[in-house]
Amino acid sequence: MKRLIKKHPLAIRWFHWINFPVLTLMVWSGLLIYWANDVYRLGFGDTTLLKFFPKSFYFALHIPFRLGEGMAWHFFFMWLFFLNGLLYVLYTVISGEWKLLLPGRGAFAEAWLVILHDLGIRKALPACVKYNSAQKIAYTAIIIMGVGSVATGLAIYKPVQFGWLCAFLGGYTFARIIHFVLTIGYCLFFLVHLAQVARAGWKNFQSIITGFETAPPPAIITPVEESNKEEITLTN
Amino acid sequence: MNEDKLYTEKQIRRKTFISFGIFSLLAASTIKGWFYLKNLPPDNGLRGAVQEPVRKVLDFNETVFDKALSNDHLAKTYPLEAAVKKPRVNGDIGLDETFNPSTWKLAVTKASGDIVNITLDEIKSLPKTEIIFNFKCIEGWSQVTHWGGVKFSDFAAAFHLNNETAMKYLGMATPDYEYYVGMDMPSALHPQTLLCYEMNGKPLPVNQGYPLRMIIPVKYGVKSIKRIGTLYFDNERPADYWFERGYDYFSGL
Repeated sequence: MKRLIKKHPLAIRWFHWINFPVLTLMVWSGLLIYWANDVYRLGFGDTTLLKFFPKSFYFALHIPFRLGEGMAWHFFFMWLFFLNGLLYVLYTVISGEWKLLLPGRGAFAEAWLVILHDLGIRKALPACVKYNSAQKIAYTAIIIMGVGSVATGLAIYKPVQFGWLCAFLGGYTFARIIHFVLTIGYCLFFLVHLAQVARAGWKNFQSIITGFETAPPPAIITPVEESNKEEITLTN
Repeated sequence: MNEDKLYTEKQIRRKTFISFGIFSLLAASTIKGWFYLKNLPPDNGLRGAVQEPVRKVLDFNETVFDKALSNDHLAKTYPLEAAVKKPRVNGDIGLDETFNPSTWKLAVTKASGDIVNITLDEIKSLPKTEIIFNFKCIEGWSQVTHWGGVKFSDFAAAFHLNNETAMKYLGMATPDYEYYVGMDMPSALHPQTLLCYEMNGKPLPVNQGYPLRMIIPVKYGVKSIKRIGTLYFDNERPADYWFERGYDYFSGL
């Protein structure tokens, strides 16, 4: 016999799993657009460390000569990306879920301890409710990034009609760079996210689909009074 | 969910199975839906070469964002020094080499069906407007460039095209009809929209559309048609080269 501990509310599971394919399609259609003028690189002076993107990458993903198609999909799915993100933020605010997500005082110092733990350098994980500080920072940052993508996206989509926004974001050329960098950021987030989910194991992964995790009956846990204790076992 | 309630392994497995079942069904229908949408035949007719539902959304986007279009919203302008000396040349569709500029006249089709032929000198005699702005190509690059010509709104007023500009769209084509664009009238009448005959203070180079081209800062460069041959007005969307190839009709900035 086991107890079921609520982890992810149904709404959050929906927002999460809608966002995954939508963001994937936004990144993909963004690539189709970016290919038409792929001028970004990492480097200094004439030295290029990394060109976005190598030819082999484009060919592997069938990217070349699909600008029109890319724009069409991008401006099709932008609504879903925007609305899903907006509803998610509204939900966390109204439900109070934001309290579990927003990093508090000392979050950065604590996040450092989490990183040391995850890298196997430090044994103990700081105690927390639902999310540790590193997670809170990551899940809050990704929302700020989402807002950034929508804002820079609008600025470069209608740079004349929303000239004030475009100017605020550093002008047309710069806003395009931010929009691109944020996309790279999502891809890096995704890699870390996958690695962490793999680390945390199947039981944790299940909860983003079922919404619950299982826990032993209260009698086994001592002392019972520390009501937070069960939740500590749910981290990750 | 009561967190104190106890469940048997069987009940938990059942709950998990149901959740995963619903999840798999939704995931499978999403994937199926995506391929269904993606594999719909593109409409190559007047609706432009994208899938019908996609075109509907692009048209919807236009109805949302053309509300933002205003004669008070001007593309940012730059000082003369900011303009590049050699603007990038992109696109030569409709610029065939057999073209004879000495016999060129702009053919304007009036609402009555009459065609008025207008010479370059007549256009040049109208008040001249210059603009230095960041020209934006749909490919993603942009360049600060310097253009001179007559505001389309001034041109329309000078040739008494009031009945014509009361229509919804402006259409234009190169003399050989190889390249053609259409645009909404409010954008055409925007105070920065020029019938342009000068670049960097000199007559347009041939590869930039001599003798007369469009410069419309509130749209991507695809709408700034080079070497305009004919100009007409319509309440339906005029044919548009890139629209037919799956691009957004409005292409407004």
